[in-house]
Amino acid sequence: MESCPSIKNILLLDSEGKRVAVKYYSDDWPTNSTKEAFEKAVFIKTQKTNARTEAEIAMFENNIVVYKFAQDLHFFVTGGEDENELILASVLQGFFDAVGILLRGNVEKKEALENLDLILLCLDEIIDGGIILETDANVIAGKVASHSIDSNAPLSEQTISQALATAREHLARSLLK
Amino acid sequence: MAQPLVKKDDDYDDEEEYSPFLGIEKGTVLQEARVFNDPQLDTRKCSQVITKLLYLLNQGETFTKVEATEVFFGVTKLFQSRDIELRRMVYLMIKELSPSSDDVIIVTSSLMKDMNSKNDMYRANAIRVLCRITDGTLLTQIERYLKQAIVDKNPVVASAALVSGIHLLQTNPEIVKRWSNEVQEAVQSRAPLVQFHALGLLHQIRQNDRLAINKLVSSLTRGTARSPLAQCLLVRYASQVASESAANSQTGDRPLYDFLDSCLRHKSEMVILEAARAIAELNGVTSREVTPAITVLQLFLNSPKPVLRFAAIRTLNKVAMTHPMAVTNCNIDMESLISDQNRSIATLAITTLLKTGNESSVDRLMKQITNFMSDIADEFKIVVVDAIRSLCLKFPLKYRSLMNFLCNILREEGGFEYKKVIVDSIVILIRDIPEAKENGLLHLCEFIEDCEFTYLSTQILHFLGIEGPKASDPSKYIRYIYNRVHLENATVRACAVSTLAKFAVMVDSLKPRIYVLLRRCLFDSDDEVRDRATLYLKTLGADGSVLVNEKDVPEILFGSLDLPLGNLETSLKNYEPSEEPFDLDSVPKEVRSQPLAEKKGSGKKPNGLGAPPITLASSVDAYEKMLRSIEEFAGFGKLFKSSASLELTEAETEYAVNVVKHIFDRHVVFQYNCTNTIPEQLLENITVVVDASEAEEFSEVVSKPLRSLPYNSPGQTFVAFEKPDGVAAVGKFPNVLKFIVKEIDPSTGEAEDDGVEDEYQLEDVEVVAADYMLKVAVSNFRNAWESMGEDGERVDEYGLGPRGSLAEAVRAVIDLLGMQPCEGTEVVPTNVRSHTCLLSGIFIGNVKVLARLSFGLDASREVAMKLVVRSDNEAVSDLIHEIISCG
Repeated sequence: MESCPSIKNILLLDSEGKRVAVKYYSDDWPTNSTKEAFEKAVFIKTQKTNARTEAEIAMFENNIVVYKFAQDLHFFVTGGEDENELILASVLQGFFDAVGILLRGNVEKKEALENLDLILLCLDEIIDGGIILETDANVIAGKVASHSIDSNAPLSEQTISQALATAREHLARSLLK
Repeated sequence: MAQPLVKKDDDYDDEEEYSPFLGIEKGTVLQEARVFNDPQLDTRKCSQVITKLLYLLNQGETFTKVEATEVFFGVTKLFQSRDIELRRMVYLMIKELSPSSDDVIIVTSSLMKDMNSKNDMYRANAIRVLCRITDGTLLTQIERYLKQAIVDKNPVVASAALVSGIHLLQTNPEIVKRWSNEVQEAVQSRAPLVQFHALGLLHQIRQNDRLAINKLVSSLTRGTARSPLAQCLLVRYASQVASESAANSQTGDRPLYDFLDSCLRHKSEMVILEAARAIAELNGVTSREVTPAITVLQLFLNSPKPVLRFAAIRTLNKVAMTHPMAVTNCNIDMESLISDQNRSIATLAITTLLKTGNESSVDRLMKQITNFMSDIADEFKIVVVDAIRSLCLKFPLKYRSLMNFLCNILREEGGFEYKKVIVDSIVILIRDIPEAKENGLLHLCEFIEDCEFTYLSTQILHFLGIEGPKASDPSKYIRYIYNRVHLENATVRACAVSTLAKFAVMVDSLKPRIYVLLRRCLFDSDDEVRDRATLYLKTLGADGSVLVNEKDVPEILFGSLDLPLGNLETSLKNYEPSEEPFDLDSVPKEVRSQPLAEKKGSGKKPNGLGAPPITLASSVDAYEKMLRSIEEFAGFGKLFKSSASLELTEAETEYAVNVVKHIFDRHVVFQYNCTNTIPEQLLENITVVVDASEAEEFSEVVSKPLRSLPYNSPGQTFVAFEKPDGVAAVGKFPNVLKFIVKEIDPSTGEAEDDGVEDEYQLEDVEVVAADYMLKVAVSNFRNAWESMGEDGERVDEYGLGPRGSLAEAVRAVIDLLGMQPCEGTEVVPTNVRSHTCLLSGIFIGNVKVLARLSFGLDASREVAMKLVVRSDNEAVSDLIHEIISCG
C-alpha cells in the first residue's frame, strides 16, 4: 500500500466522453493516445450507470474509479487498486461540490467551458502531483475565487472598463459567499 | 418549401453545441499570445489567452520546443502585473510548460519574490511552482524559505511547502531530510491538513528507520489526529509497525492492535474502513482479531452509498480467502447484494459467497447465479467461473451441479477469454474429480462441434487424446473427433488426426477402424494433415511394415519433449544448415536465467575479430553468445552455468562493479561489469587484479582488459581461471580494480592526454559449491525420486542451531545448495513445527541430484534437519552433505 494516499487522475468529461478538463498525476498513461483510450473505456463502462445522486464506483485495469454525473458533465477520480475507496470518494465529492459552487449551481458543459480557468484552478487546488491538497469544497472554491485584485496594484494599470469588469466580478463573487 | 428548411436550420443550431473554444486553432492562439508583450498589459485578455493555451494542452495538443519557449518567455513578462487572477493563471501555465532548466532561471527571481510576498496565496503558489520546476542547486538557495514555510502559521503555505517536500524527496532526498525538525513541528499543527501532509512527509523521510517510525506511531496513536485523512495515515503506519513487530516477537498480544480496534469506532467512515482493512491484512491475523472488523464491514454492506458497499464487500472478499468462517455471518447481507445495481458489487458478493458458502447452500447459490450470469459482462463472468472452480474443488461431491452449470454457460454466448476460462475449469475438474470425467469429456466434445476458436478446439482435442482412451467407452469420442477432420480449418484437422492416432495407440480394439479414418486423411488438401496421417500410419504399422519396436511407439509419437519450447526455438534459430544434424541434446533445459548446455562448436566460430559485440548481457542467450564471441574463451567448451550478478561495490560509489561467475567444466570466468559514475572522468585500460593465492585449485589463465570506460556506459572486463576437470573447487578471491584515469575538459568534452594510474578496492568474489549446481525442476518429484533408486543415497542429520523461523532455515539451506525447490515445497506454512522440502538440480558433470529435506523445530527454537540425497553418482551425494556440514 502506498504510504501516502495518491490520486492517479481526475477527469471531467462531457456526455459524449469528450474532455472538458483532465489532469493526470501518474505515469501509467504516458501518451495522449493511452490517456484517451483510458477515458473512452471508463466513459463507455460507466455511461449507463446512474451516478447522479450517489457517487458510483468501478474497477478498471487494476485501478479504482469513483464517479458522479451532473447534467451533461461526468466527474471521475482514479486511484490505485489498494487505495481507500472512501478517500477517493472524498476527493470526488470535493471536486464535484467545488465546481458546483464556482459555476453557481449551473453544472453543465457550456458553463464549465466558459469558466474553464476556474475549473483548472480548482483542479490545481485539490491535488498537487497526485497528493491530496484539500477536499473541502468550500475551501477549494474559496481559494480559487477568493480575490480578484491585489490591493497594492496601482490603479493606473487598469483601464476604466477593466476596473468596472473586475468590480462586477468582485461583487458577484462576494454575493456567492 | 422554405418553411421546413428554416426549421432544419433551427434544429441544427440547437444540436451544434455552443463552446467558447469552437474552432480554436493552435496557430491563432500562439499569435494572440503576443499580447503578453504589450507595454500596456490587458490583464483580462492575457488571462483569456492563457486559458485558451491551457485548453489546447488539455485537449492533448503539444507545443514544439520553440513554441513552448516563446510562450514561456511571454508568460514571464506577466509577472509585472499585480492582478491576482492573472498571476494564478501564470503559475498554472508555468507548471504546465515545465520549462527546461536553462529557462527556469528567468522566473526564479520573480517566484522567489512571490515566495516572500505578504499575500499568502502568492506564497503558497509560488512555493509549489518553484519546487515543481527547480533542480538541486536552486533548491539549496531556497531551502531556507521552504523550512520557514513549513512552520508558517498560514496552513495553505505550510501545506504547499510540505507537499512540495514529498515530491522533492524523490529527487533530492538529502536536502529534504534536513527539514525533519520543522516537519516534526508541523505534525503538531492545529490545521488538519497540515498535520496530514506533515505526517506523510515525516513518514517518508524516516521510512528506512524502523525505530523512528515506531516512536512516531506510538507517540501519535495516543491522541487522535485532527483530520480523517491524517488518521488514515496513522492507521496505515500503525499496521505496518504491527506487522513488522509481529514477525519478531510472535508472543502475546499484537502491539497497536488496540489502536486499530479503537479506530473501528472513529466517527469518519474513511478511518473505519482503513482500520478494518488494516486489521484484515495483518500477518496471520486470528479469527478473534478480525471479528470486530467484519462487524463494521457488515454494517457498511447495507449502506445506501455504492462506494461504501463496494469497499466493504471487497475487503470481505479478501478476508474470505483466509477466514471463510468468520465471514459467514454476513452471508444474508451479501445474498441481497447479488441484485445490486452496481455489477462490480454484485460480482464481488457472489464470489465471496462462493468462498464462504457451505456444501448445503451450493445448489441455492447456483440457482441465483444462473439468473445473474446473463446480465453481466464477460470480465465479471470470468471472476465467477474462477470462484466456481475453486468451490467445486472444495466440495467435490457437488461436482454434478457445478459441472452442469459450467457446461451450460459454455454453450451460451461469450468471448474467447471467457470460454477459455470455462474450458480450463472443466479440464481441471476432470483431472481432479474422477467421477466428473465422462460427463465432462462429453460436454467438451459437444462444445467443439460448434466452437469458433481454433485455440480452444485444439486444446480440447489434445486433452481428449490423453483422457479419452482411458475412459470406459473410448469409441464414443471418435465420431466427434473425426467430424473435425471434415468441418474445420487445417490447424484443427491436423490436431484431430493426432488425437485419432493417440486413440489407436492406446486402444487396440479401435485400431483397424481408426486406420480407415486415417487413410482418408491422406487425401486432405493440407500438407500438415497429410504428413501427420502418413507418419502415424507408418509408425503404427497400419500397412504391415514394422519400422519401430511397438513398445516405443507411444514414446516416439507422443512422449513429451521435455524441453522448454522457448529454448528450443532459439536453438533452432541459431542452427545453421550443415552436414551435422540438429542435436536436440544441445537445447538448454534450464528455464531460468542460466544456460545448461552449449553447442558443439562447428559452424559457430567467433566471427567478429575486430570488436566483439560486448553488451551488458543478462539473459542466458546473451551470455552464451557473448562468451562464444570472445576468442580467449571459445576453447573452454560448453558453458555450464552463469551466476546471478553480485555487487562488488557499495551503491552510489564512484565506480559501480558487479560480477557474474561463468562456470565451465575446466574453467571459471569472472565477468566484471563496470560502470563509471563520474562525468568528469574517462577510465582507460581497466583490469581487475585477482589474488588467487587462497584458492589453491585455481590458476589464472587469461585476463581481458577493457580499453576505455566513458561516463555511464557500462563495460566488461574478464578474468579466467583454470581448475581441475569436473571438480567443484571453491575459493575466495580478493580483487582490486586497476585503471588509468583521464580528466575530461568540461568545455570541449575531450579527455586529456595524460592519465594517472589508480586503483580501487573491490569486495571479494567467492566461488561456492552452489555455483556448480543448476536449478532444474522435475515435474513429478516422487517418480523421479523412485526411479533414481537407493544406490546413490546418502542420509544424515544436522542441527542448524536456533533460527527465527522454519521458513528462514529452509531458505538458508536452499540458497546454500543452489537447487530448485519442487512442487512449491519452499513455502513453509505459518505456525508449523515441521516441514519437508523437495529439491532438484544438476551438478557439474551432468549429474542429476535430488534432495529431500525434513525440518523440525523444537521448543527452544532449535532447528534440526534430516537430509536425504539421491544422485547417479555417490561421490556427488557425499559432496552435497559436505556442503551442508561446511556451511
